[in-house]
Amino acid sequence: MTRLTAMLAATTVLVSAFALSAQAAEVHVLNWKGYGADEPWAVEAFEKATGHKVVNDFFNSEQEMLTKLRTNPGLYDVVMINAAFTGQALAENLIQPIDTSKIANYADISPEKATSPMLNKDGKVFGVPWVWGLTAIAINEKSFETPPTSISVMWDEARKGRVVIRDDAVEAIQFGAIASGQNINDIKDMEAVKAKLTSLMPQIRTFWSSENDWNQMVASNQIDVGTYWSGSADRAKTQFKLPVSLVVPDEGAVAWLDAFSIPAGSKNVEGAEAFINYMVDPTFYVEWVTKVGAPVSANVKAVAALPEDSFNRKMMGDPKVAERIQFQAPITDAQREQYLAIWQELKVNVK
Amino acid sequence: MATPTAGRRGIGPALPLLLPAYLWLTMAIFLPLSAMAFFSFMTDLPLSGKAWSLTVQNYAAFFSSGLYLTLLLSSLRLGLEVTLWCAVIGFPAAYVLAKVLKGRAREAIFLLVILPFWSNGLVRIFSWVMVLREGGILDTALNAVLPFRISIDLMYSYPAVIIGLVHSYVPYMVLTCYLTLQAIDDSLIEAARSLGATRLQTLRRVIVPLAMPGLIAGAVLIFVPVVGSFMEPRILGGRTGTFYGTVIEDQFVAVFNWPLGAALSFILLAVVLLILAAASPVLRRAA
Repeated sequence: MTRLTAMLAATTVLVSAFALSAQAAEVHVLNWKGYGADEPWAVEAFEKATGHKVVNDFFNSEQEMLTKLRTNPGLYDVVMINAAFTGQALAENLIQPIDTSKIANYADISPEKATSPMLNKDGKVFGVPWVWGLTAIAINEKSFETPPTSISVMWDEARKGRVVIRDDAVEAIQFGAIASGQNINDIKDMEAVKAKLTSLMPQIRTFWSSENDWNQMVASNQIDVGTYWSGSADRAKTQFKLPVSLVVPDEGAVAWLDAFSIPAGSKNVEGAEAFINYMVDPTFYVEWVTKVGAPVSANVKAVAALPEDSFNRKMMGDPKVAERIQFQAPITDAQREQYLAIWQELKVNVK
Repeated sequence: MATPTAGRRGIGPALPLLLPAYLWLTMAIFLPLSAMAFFSFMTDLPLSGKAWSLTVQNYAAFFSSGLYLTLLLSSLRLGLEVTLWCAVIGFPAAYVLAKVLKGRAREAIFLLVILPFWSNGLVRIFSWVMVLREGGILDTALNAVLPFRISIDLMYSYPAVIIGLVHSYVPYMVLTCYLTLQAIDDSLIEAARSLGATRLQTLRRVIVPLAMPGLIAGAVLIFVPVVGSFMEPRILGGRTGTFYGTVIEDQFVAVFNWPLGAALSFILLAVVLLILAAASPVLRRAA
């Protein structure tokens, strides 16, 4: 009887010791769902290589991500933030400086991305650039003999009722700015943007909100063209074998930069550094692109490791494309509210 | 003298029976609702870590532009239309269930009416997506039968929203009407007929007035949730699917402006209560 009790006690101690050690080595990651960090093969490879266990959590909008950081201090070790929002997270003391000497792959990140003023403050690094991509337009290859080159295809009478746009105020307004030939970060003529979007409304079939919406509508051949993200278009083609291809219109496209940060109060900074290093590593990136489809890595060596004719290397590396794209700058709360009011009004007046 | 004592004695032992229900109601309805009422007067959520203060700005926002009023009116119209269609479809079905069918057949048909309740709402909506779209089940089936070609594409339109909502809510109308219709004494209908009333007259003068409480109860059960509905318009409505409910959802989910979302919800609640209050003389007479 005593022996049994002793054994039981020993087991309990052992189990709790395991539980404790497991807990100590957990890396809590906050990111979009289906966006690289939660790929099972990647998580497995990272865990095998470093011994840290990855726990993924997700958000559906930048506002939700910020709220999760605010309400759960100390829970997350790594957070993926669109660089346009890094400043806001920093201003609210939600993230901490990163010791880049602990992240071996940081040296290979393209210098103009690494030194972006959105990610650096007072000589300290608050975000490690991960990938960048475009919000451009994508087409259903079945509906076009030759791919269009101009954004005006969205307004083409022949495409009426077969056009989609994302249900997102900021994206819609910036898209309108590009269509009316303006700087997305300094919209001077908001009336022109409104007029452009108002004339687009009758063309629209529906507003999409997730990658899955977009892909399903193409799969059932319900749409011809719509705004889409470059990484998602690549995934639609690679992973889901859909007839989707991305067009960077002559008028330009919105570019964004996604970066990793370490939340203030992280309990496993060492694990966070290891995870970020793995995420920007060429090995992970090449596998991600080949197996799933992804945006363009900020790591120069990772992009160079792709086949020469790959979309992310050829098209996105094209200097002519680089000239046309405009990187998103941070948006103030007042601007966001103004955009939302305009967008809601447009959606209501469509009826 | 004996009665009050009995009454007092009655409530004592009843307390343990009442307590769980009232505790639950307090916790599940009163607390969250009062928290929401409080949020609706705040400038920002305390969770956001920013400073906040009390304001009526969120309610003022409703009146500051015609936007929310237009949306509210279109949602009220949607509610009325869906309720009307539910009555048109549900009442005859309830009549057949209560008065025509007997025994096994009634049970079987009844089961079919309740069946949709057993499936998840989202699943039902997505099955409509498959039916309504161009090249979908309805389109293919009709073209297989008809000698000429027609193209049915109801997806992402106002009719699609109505179809989806009517489908979700018609069982309420059938059930409430069934209960009142079943209670009508058959001999009343026979008496009307034997006194020379036509079928239509019997329906208008005897059956509908007697079944009115069921119709009204069904209408209220349907109208209130439909005015605030957001899932069906969003999925089935496409670009025409912006309603009061979807805008409230946006405030909570997309832009994290809970105070405005809460204020908009309370305005909706007030409007619905006003409509019910205005209609209450009619409702009371009918009941």
